[in-house]
Amino acid sequence: MHASTQHETTEVGMADKLAEVMQAKAEHQGCGTSGGSGKASCGSSAGQGDLPTEIWEKVKNHPCYSEEAHHHYARMHVAVAPACNIQCNYCNRKYDCANESRPGVVSEKLSPQQAAKKVLAVASTIPQMTVLGIAGPGDPLANPEKTFQTFELINRTAPDIKLCLSTNGLALPDHVDTIAGFNVDHVTITINMVDPEVGAKIYPWVFWKHKRYTGYEAAKLLTDRQMLGLEMLTERGILCKVNSVMIPGINDKHLVEVNRAVKSRGAFLHNIMPLISSPEHGTVFGLNGQRGPTAQELKALQDECEGEMNMMRHCRQCRADAVGLLGEDRSAEFTTDKIMAMEVNYDLESRKAYQALVEEERVAKVAAKQEELEALAGEQSDIKLLVAVATKGSGLINEHFGHAKEFQVWELSTGGAKFVGHRRVDLYCQGGYGEEDSLETIIRAINDCHAVFVAKIGGCPKADLVKAGIEPVDGFAHEFIEKSAITWFKEYLNKVKTGEIEHVVRGDAEIRQGALINAA
Amino acid sequence: MTLKIVASQCTSCSACEPECPNVAISEKNGTFVIDPKKCTECIGHFDVPQCAAVCPVDDTCVIDNAYPRYQPTA
Repeated sequence: MHASTQHETTEVGMADKLAEVMQAKAEHQGCGTSGGSGKASCGSSAGQGDLPTEIWEKVKNHPCYSEEAHHHYARMHVAVAPACNIQCNYCNRKYDCANESRPGVVSEKLSPQQAAKKVLAVASTIPQMTVLGIAGPGDPLANPEKTFQTFELINRTAPDIKLCLSTNGLALPDHVDTIAGFNVDHVTITINMVDPEVGAKIYPWVFWKHKRYTGYEAAKLLTDRQMLGLEMLTERGILCKVNSVMIPGINDKHLVEVNRAVKSRGAFLHNIMPLISSPEHGTVFGLNGQRGPTAQELKALQDECEGEMNMMRHCRQCRADAVGLLGEDRSAEFTTDKIMAMEVNYDLESRKAYQALVEEERVAKVAAKQEELEALAGEQSDIKLLVAVATKGSGLINEHFGHAKEFQVWELSTGGAKFVGHRRVDLYCQGGYGEEDSLETIIRAINDCHAVFVAKIGGCPKADLVKAGIEPVDGFAHEFIEKSAITWFKEYLNKVKTGEIEHVVRGDAEIRQGALINAA
Repeated sequence: MTLKIVASQCTSCSACEPECPNVAISEKNGTFVIDPKKCTECIGHFDVPQCAAVCPVDDTCVIDNAYPRYQPTA
């Protein structure tokens, strides 16, 4: 692992001075999250946990920030920002086929006016749509006019919609005041390194002030601008999430250091995502055989960083034009042609009424979890295991095994049930990829789980799962996930205690490449 | 000479358009084009042609040999 070179000298002039100032600020500013083992709930379970109230108020209805909220609230991205100011080895902007679906790719670019109309159309159709993000397909801040004009139009017509944006951070320090002026209260910065030696392996070049920088110099410039931008945002009370792409052998170990650096500068949530690097995407990493992490490697890194700050575990790495709840994509319903033909009636009152119902549903779910946690009290065991859950949302086991496009993964221990991620199992355009091996795909994706909870399952897959050592559980159909998982876990511990079964450690699982598509 | 954009490689990302000091770049039929009458290869403005420096696809903003070399007026 590389040592931090944050204070090394560089050709990129004034950057060092900035780093010093930032470090000094970071030291007395502390962090938005309470450190140590007092882990907050955001990104891992229901409720406020130890998040400060003012942060909880801002994130509780934001699907990308609160794991719990993402079952109830929807977000959309509008692709108004095609230009980018840096090149990443995991991105190839040329490739876009109809079946292709991954971050940075969109089917249609929108003008700010089209985007504003689309937001109104979606918000009128999907009342739980509360968040609008601009995430690309390039970098929103490399397209400042288009990005901010979109925000302005939406602020004017739909003031209840939260605005957020996602950036690589290079241009961020120049736009912080504008961002604050538009009441953007959430910004995501993708930070893959704080050491330019590492960065040089991820970024071939950056374009800044009319010049293309390469190698160490490029990465040094980028990291300095990212840290400065993060500092400036948190100083103004704007919530910052940090996204990091985990690239085995390049920045996997280094991300622990990134985690510390962003925490000390006030980021409140860290989202470590697996590298997507299929060769057919034509990215540098895809073509040179750079692999992504396995499920265990990803979880181990997330667990390691979790002691330090809140980890986001529910990211679906969605497209820059995604619409709907996380894990679903309704963008096909809202193409430019369809939107422009729509009569839109933006009804703030009916949106509010719908959202009040959603709140009642959330309260019921939290109460159910509380009951079950009490049932676990007094149990003593070191056993910690994973289970997979087929769900359509609302915190219920309500999906048929064969219909699930993804499974939630929960970690069970005597401490309770903790959400630790998703596993995608949808079929994806890979040229000749057939239906017949879909069960194998599912087993590979949840191979680290002891059981899979489903609303219903056929006899054949049931037998195959048992053979693979994964217990299919259909006895909790349409019940709350956490409550059911804990009840099952209690029985499991009992069976181990009485010697009826022997607890064995499961193997690793595979992370599916590419973003979710609506194959339905 | 002037620069041209290889249409088959252009991703239409628009990054080049605002960078051009001569406002020579515009969108045409889904990709971006350089007006050879306006392009100065960025001579007198910047050390390198800005469209080529910001373009995400290598060898897409290239010198167009169909035109004589740009001569800055003294």
